[in-house]
Amino acid sequence: MDAVKTELMKKSKASRQDQRGKLISLFCIFLIMLVVLSILYMITSKGLATFFENKMSFTDFFTKKVWNPSAKPQPLVGALPMIVGSFGVTVLSAILAAPFAIATAVFMTDISGKRGQAILQPVIELLVGIPSVVYGFIGLTVVVPFTRAVFGGTGFGILSGTFVLFVMVLPTVTSMYVDSLKAVPRFYREASLALGATRWQTIYKVIIRASIPGLLTAIIFGMARAFGEALAVQMVIGNASILPQDLVSPASTLTSVLTTGIGNTVLGTLPNNALWSLALVLLLMSLVFNLLTRFIGKKGAF
Amino acid sequence: MNAKKADKIATAIIYILVGIVVLILVALLGFILISGLPHVTWSFLTSPASAFSAGGGIGDQLFNSFYLLILTLIISFPISLGAGIYLAEYAKKNWLTDAIRITIEVLSSLPSVVVGLFGFLLFVVQFKLGFSIISGAIALTFFNLPLLTRNIENSLNGVSNLQREAGLSLGLSRWKTVTKVVVPAALPGILTGIILSAGRVFGEAAALIFTAGQSAPMLNYANWNPLSGDSPLNIFRPAETLAVHIWKINTEGIMPDASQVSAGASAVLVVAVLIFNLGARFAGNYIYRKITASK
Repeated sequence: MDAVKTELMKKSKASRQDQRGKLISLFCIFLIMLVVLSILYMITSKGLATFFENKMSFTDFFTKKVWNPSAKPQPLVGALPMIVGSFGVTVLSAILAAPFAIATAVFMTDISGKRGQAILQPVIELLVGIPSVVYGFIGLTVVVPFTRAVFGGTGFGILSGTFVLFVMVLPTVTSMYVDSLKAVPRFYREASLALGATRWQTIYKVIIRASIPGLLTAIIFGMARAFGEALAVQMVIGNASILPQDLVSPASTLTSVLTTGIGNTVLGTLPNNALWSLALVLLLMSLVFNLLTRFIGKKGAF
Repeated sequence: MNAKKADKIATAIIYILVGIVVLILVALLGFILISGLPHVTWSFLTSPASAFSAGGGIGDQLFNSFYLLILTLIISFPISLGAGIYLAEYAKKNWLTDAIRITIEVLSSLPSVVVGLFGFLLFVVQFKLGFSIISGAIALTFFNLPLLTRNIENSLNGVSNLQREAGLSLGLSRWKTVTKVVVPAALPGILTGIILSAGRVFGEAAALIFTAGQSAPMLNYANWNPLSGDSPLNIFRPAETLAVHIWKINTEGIMPDASQVSAGASAVLVVAVLIFNLGARFAGNYIYRKITASK
């Protein structure tokens, strides 16, 4: 009797197994969350040290134009040149890439039919996967001499960075926008054509309008990629931490200063802490891009 | 009449834009392969790099890239599998699941240089591992986890509920159903995801500069003791990968044939990514045919 009772009161083998399995998978999830939280915590605490330990002014950091953290006696940490550089290449490349991405995506879904898509889709997937250093190398050997010959200057600068990033984000934006064009219901197209609209009227007045949230998400996603891109930009932008006067003189971005600087400064000193503040700006911007895509995505679901 | 003309003009403009895009893509791939492949010889792929003279190869860098890739996958696959299983099979619709999804999305949107810097701070400096393969592999794991997790979750969600019901109705626990029925059924998708993420990891450089380091010490390929300094298997040695090598010789290289070496190395990288992409497609189909009755 007792044996049966304890058997009934105890959890079955299957349910114990299930509990263990759930614990294992939950553990993996918490591992990932731990990683994210510690990244946020460590970069934030390191990045804020410039302002709290080294007592640099917060407003100077965002508004002053001179970046020389190792200057004596008064170190100068004005991050404006890098911030302008980062936003410059990001916005310009997004503006340049958007019409091409829209045209290519519309071509794939509404004009060429199955054939064009069968050719373009794999190529675009391949281009998404090409490593950024390869883009940087091509930028260095093709784009920089091209810019120098056509637009003058040294060739290194925001314009070259824009061209390289344009080619890098184009496949990303295109493939994301293709997905959202495919999500536009078929009867939208049918209804518009049945009303006598031409193909272009249908594309312009119905399909693109209906997929505006998807387009914005794709462009912001591309901008996030451009903003965080480090090596390809660093190789072509010239790496001069001065406020860019035009598009063809050497400039710098947050990522380019980080990649060249971290190895040459001593941990815990102001020049190093100032670099971590740049990393913090980078981190915060990627969070902002993330929030924007979430916000738009919620509004635009079919 | 006017609408028809506008239609014609707009279509022409779209064709022109698409033509430019195709031209750029073709020129890009053509340039990499045509300028790079002539330099790719067997000795280029196997001999070590030389810092000051012409004629160096990429042997050590190529080995380092593959070794880092394998280590990264060994670390990141079990974690992503567990996380993917939780999200696809156990997660309820509540605030906790939402929070989990947001964190994973945040991790996937972080710039790789930030992930690399975090790896530098935590593993290279704090844990005193130095510039080492293991630091690099863990940094790459952070970078790889969100994508692989999302991929595994999607593959698991693609498995029909009938399979789960069948498993549960046989009296299996949920966990057994997942591991013995659902995961094998989702295997083609999971495999495709792993191979695609391998392509990404293989070409990543920004996260590695400050974790796996930028130097390639001499390796003795006859030494298989993972604890000795010049053994290729030692996970505590610094290791410059192919992608980092390209970056390094272009920014601070002083070898006379830097552009030839980087052209060749770029071609190798692109061909590797191409193989990973095609491999993902074929492997998925192959496994699917193997484990199902379909021909």
